[in-house]
Amino acid sequence: MKKYISAFLIFMMSLGQLFAQGKIEMADGLRAEGKIYVVVLVMLVIFSAVAVYLFTIDRKITKLENDK
Amino acid sequence: MKKIWWKILAVLMVAISIVAGLLGPVPELPILNETIRNVYFHVPMWFTMVFLYLISVIYSIKYLSTTNRNFDIMAVEAVNTGILFCVCGLLTGMLWANITWGDPWPNDPKLNGSAIATLMYLAYLVLRNSLEEEQKRAKISAIYNIFAFPIMLVLLYILPKMTDSLHPGNGGNSTFGDLDMDNNIRPIFYTAVIGWILIGSWITSLRYRVRLIEDKKNSF
Repeated sequence: MKKYISAFLIFMMSLGQLFAQGKIEMADGLRAEGKIYVVVLVMLVIFSAVAVYLFTIDRKITKLENDK
Repeated sequence: MKKIWWKILAVLMVAISIVAGLLGPVPELPILNETIRNVYFHVPMWFTMVFLYLISVIYSIKYLSTTNRNFDIMAVEAVNTGILFCVCGLLTGMLWANITWGDPWPNDPKLNGSAIATLMYLAYLVLRNSLEEEQKRAKISAIYNIFAFPIMLVLLYILPKMTDSLHPGNGGNSTFGDLDMDNNIRPIFYTAVIGWILIGSWITSLRYRVRLIEDKKNSF
């Protein structure tokens, strides 16, 4: 029994070591190529905010024009 | 002009140019490195500015031939928006020049020309504010505008080509079109230019419509 437990422990330890050394694949798309995708997203967020702002003003002006 | 499809098109085109401009393949050049991607963002600012100033001149001529006040308002608002894009072009250009030419304002004829052109259009706005009488203001500023536009083109496009300039396509430098603008860059560049021109026209039309509403309110 003791043999099994120690074998299991050694197996777990080696497993832990394996993970510590090896690359764990996660959803790394945003971090690929020097994380440039993050910059792309940031710029898109800023630009879409500006675009939404313009659309809102446009709608408001149309409303004002129709009030007359 | 009130239709929505071209506004959506404008937003889409600029969004595409942001994504493709940052991720797309670019030629690998010394000194420029990745900053060549600025072509998609810095240059369209100037194209938009020139386009808006052109609109302004067209409406100034229209004003002189019809004396319709609305044409005068359109001419001013186009210049107002053009100056916004000019400021963006100057600031982005200074950032870019600082990295690639080692100085935010090297003594480049194109830079000095753009500075003079900017002052000329600021003078146009000052001139307008200094004239009280409405018709006189519209007429004098329209004539000033018609003179300012060709001088601006000479300062930005003709004089730098005749002397030495750091900008591509000027003073014996090859243009981006000849050498550096390969076929990966071109479609994204034109998308960005058209997109930003549409955005500029959109902002101008918004300002114009606000001015018309103000006008209506004041006339009652």
